[in-house]
Formats: sequence, structure tokens, C-alpha cells
Amino acid sequence: MTSRLSAITLNTFREAVRDRVLYNLVLFVLLLVASAPLFSQISIGIERLILVNVGLSAMSLFGVVIAIFIGIGLVSKEIEKRTLYTILSRPVRRWEFIVGKYLGLLLTLIVNAALMTLGFYLALFLTARQYTRADAGILVAIYFIVLQFLMVTAITLLFSSFSTPIFSAIFAFALFAIGTFGEDLHNFAATASGATKWLAMGAAYAIPNFASLNVIGQAAHDQGVGGSLIVFNTIYALLYSAAVTAGAVLVFERRNLK
Amino acid sequence: MKHRSKVSGVAALLVVVLLGGSILALRRVESLRGPSATLEEVLFVPSGKTLKKMSLGYSSLLANIYWTRAVQYFGARLVQNSNRYDLLYPLLDITTDLDPHLIEAYQTGSIFLAQRSPAGAAQPEKAVALLEKGITANPDYWRLYFTLGFIHYLDRKDYKAAQEAFARGAEVPGALPWMRVMAARMAERSDDIATAFSLWKAVYDNNHDKMVRDSATKHMASLRADADIQELQRRVQTYRDKTGSLPASWRDLVRAGILPGIPVDPSGAVYVLMPNGAVWVEDTKPMPFVGESFQGDVH
Repeated sequence: MTSRLSAITLNTFREAVRDRVLYNLVLFVLLLVASAPLFSQISIGIERLILVNVGLSAMSLFGVVIAIFIGIGLVSKEIEKRTLYTILSRPVRRWEFIVGKYLGLLLTLIVNAALMTLGFYLALFLTARQYTRADAGILVAIYFIVLQFLMVTAITLLFSSFSTPIFSAIFAFALFAIGTFGEDLHNFAATASGATKWLAMGAAYAIPNFASLNVIGQAAHDQGVGGSLIVFNTIYALLYSAAVTAGAVLVFERRNLK
Repeated sequence: MKHRSKVSGVAALLVVVLLGGSILALRRVESLRGPSATLEEVLFVPSGKTLKKMSLGYSSLLANIYWTRAVQYFGARLVQNSNRYDLLYPLLDITTDLDPHLIEAYQTGSIFLAQRSPAGAAQPEKAVALLEKGITANPDYWRLYFTLGFIHYLDRKDYKAAQEAFARGAEVPGALPWMRVMAARMAERSDDIATAFSLWKAVYDNNHDKMVRDSATKHMASLRADADIQELQRRVQTYRDKTGSLPASWRDLVRAGILPGIPVDPSGAVYVLMPNGAVWVEDTKPMPFVGESFQGDVH
């Protein structure tokens, strides 16, 4: 089972690399190299702040865009090329195919984020000419971005397991946007009453909460993130992603592929 | 086929269990972050003008989100009986930068700002700044002048500024003729309960927000109780002048023909007659501002 899973995972990763996904890194580096000196010309003392904000926001956005645009094709492309039938005719279970695809895309995103992190820290050094203790705190924000990828990838895979690529992309982007304002929905539910309260509360817990995983602002302002928050955010992202992936498996298991 | 239905069953069970687990984890995350977490983060961008540029043309939608946040922030602080509302003005300022025509944010937001703590932020100067900003962007909306006059009069005790605000508002086409009456009363420096009551009544009639209306209701009940207390104390004095002693109960006044019946406050409870002849209410909860009119204050 493990060998079958790892084979699908590595193949998905190789395919993504062959699709020149990692070319986005060039754009990322260009953005970083250009932003800090450019903004230092028009403002004072916020080069580092801008670098952190631009760098981490770009890392998050590139990752989400890659997760969605590759994720939507993971299942449909295999059906279109009829390679899915070849895979499933071998001793590969449907759930192994879905979980393998998920892990493969996640691996792509983690490698991408790791390379971006290297570029980011290099740009940080070039801007400040030294590293400080606060720079290590940025790693927490990057870790939270990776947790976001975990969730976005699972969501995209769920949609792609039953919908067309274009609709999967629309649904996934919409859910990402809604999840970004997830905490507003929680606050609304807390102050509402009656049926509205329960409806809002149900929606707030059903949608992914990306707001609690966004600590870019704190990282830019050198504000630390508590250890318990790291632990519980990790647990939340893992459980939510696993639940959504299980949902994708459930849909794909019942899908008629004939 | 049998294997697939077994996998489906396990997957369905996992969806339920894992989603339940994620809800528990999210609740823990929420309690760790606290209720103001979103607000503290969004105020990392404290400029509405910058946000407007970043909103790519969706500034009106963003204004609605910020206005909702301001209301929720105020409501949460009110429930906690907090006397600190540090983020209220920045949130309202951002909201109105994003959408300068969002009248509700000026009207209701300024009342949130002006009222004394714990009913409000006790920042009347900021309320005035917000309303002046609103009037500059919406000069044809007479109700903004009314709220400005109201705050100058009740919260700042600035009769001249209040008179100017009511008079400016009265000039706006469509303004109620009543605005001119208020301008005249400000010119006379009418510092009486009836003026304060009619202003709160107008606030109640002109606002749809529940929190503002609740506050207006409490203010009106307090003012009615103040007027009653003043009148009852006058009658107690009449009894004393007549009999040479203080009444032991309201029945003494009724028997003496000074009162038509046992007096009740706006909540329906009988007024308390104290042994020294002073009059008070049984419970101040429905009228928390009772007595303020006697402290050289029109509240």
C-alpha cells in the first residue's frame, strides 16, 4: 500500500515539475528583489516591513493559485487522457489514487514554499545586511502558510472529484475568499440571536478558517505567536484537511467512471 | 464492489469524526486568539485610503465589512461592560474612508462614540469629528446636523455649537421644521429635562439600530423618572409645609389630597419614599441614567 501511495505521490510531483510549475519562483524572486529597494525610495524605514509583507503574501498567493490550478486537473486530466483506467486496472484502490494525488500536490507546494523561503531569507539578508532574532519568527508565518496549502489542496481535490475543472476552480477560489473572512462570520454568529445565530455558527464551522492561519501582519511587526496557537492551528488544519480528503475519497469511490 | 462500499463507509465515518475534531480544535484556536484578534490584525493597515487602493474597486463592499466589524466590536465591549473602546474610532474612520456615503456609520457610530462609558466610548470630540466628516461628504442629509447638534448639546455642553448645527441643518431642503425650534432652544440655553427628552425621542425615531434605540429608551425612561422625582419631592415638601412632618408613606400624601394615587416609575415599580423625604427608584437597571439631571447635567 505504501509503495503504491508513494508511486502516485512522486508521479504527481514529477508531473507538476514537468508542467513548469516551479517557474513561478523566478517571478517570486523578481518581486522580492524589486520591491524592497523600490519602496525604500518612497518611504523611510519600512524596507523590511514591505519585504516581509510582499514576500509572505506572494508565497501564500502563489501557493494557493498553484494548489487550485493543479488540483482541479488532478482527477479530470487522468479521466480525459484515459490514464485513470490504466492505473485503476492495476492493484491500486480508488482511495489510494486520491490520497496519493493529494500528497503529490502537497509535496510540490512544500518544495515550492521551501525554495521561496530560501529566496526570501536571502533577500532579507541583502536588505538588512544581518539576521536578527525576530527573523526566525517569520518561519511560523511560513509554516502557517503551508498549513493553508494543506487545506486548499484538500478542498480543490474534493471539488475536482465530482465537478468540471472550471467549476472546481471557481468553487475553490470562492471558498478560499470566504474562509479568509471566516473570523468575521464567527464574530457575526456570536452577536446574532435565534435561528440566524445557529445558521451562521454552522456555516462558520463548516467553511475553512484561513483567518487564524494568517499571521503575516504579526510577523512583519515582530510580534510572536504563542506555542499553543501553533499546536492547535496544526491540529485544526490536519483534521480539516483529512476530513475534506475523506470527503473526496467518499465521492470518488461512489463515482461511476464508465 | 463490496470493498468499495466498505471504503465509502469508513470515509463517511472519517468525514464526520474529523470534521467534529476540527471544530473542537478551531474553538480552542478562537479562545487562544481572543475576540479582537481579527480587528487587531486588520488595523495593521490603519489607513482607509490605502485600503481603498488595495480593494481594487470593491471599496464599498469592504466598507460594509468594516462597518459590521465596528458594530460587533462595540456590541462585544458593551456586553463586557468595558470602558475602553480604543479601536472604535479607527474602525469608523476606515469605514467612512472606504465609503464616504455610508450614512449609518456616521449616524450610529457617532452615538456609539459620544455616549459615556459603559454605555459608549465617552469620546464626544471624536464623534464630532466623524459627523463633520460625514457632513462634508453628505451636505444634503439633514439628520447628520441633528446628531451633531445633539452631541454638542448633551455630551459637550456647547450650546453655541449645538445651535449652529441645528440652524445649519434647518437650512437643508427637507429638514423638519422642528430643527429651527431646537436651534432657538439652544440659543436660550434651555438646560431642562423636556429638551433632553425631545432630543432622545428624535434619536429613537431617526435610528433603526437596536443598540442605539435601546440606549434612547433607557435615557427617555431615566429622564421621565427624573421629572417624576422632581415633582414628587416638591409634593413631599408641600406635605411637610402643611403638616410640619415628613410623610411615612405615599398613602399619607394621597390621604392629604396632595397625590391622586400611589406613584409608579416608568418600569411600573412604586417610587421609593425614603425616611428623609427623598424619592428614588426601586431598580435603576431599566433607567441607568436616573438622577443625572440633578447633577447640573441634562442627561
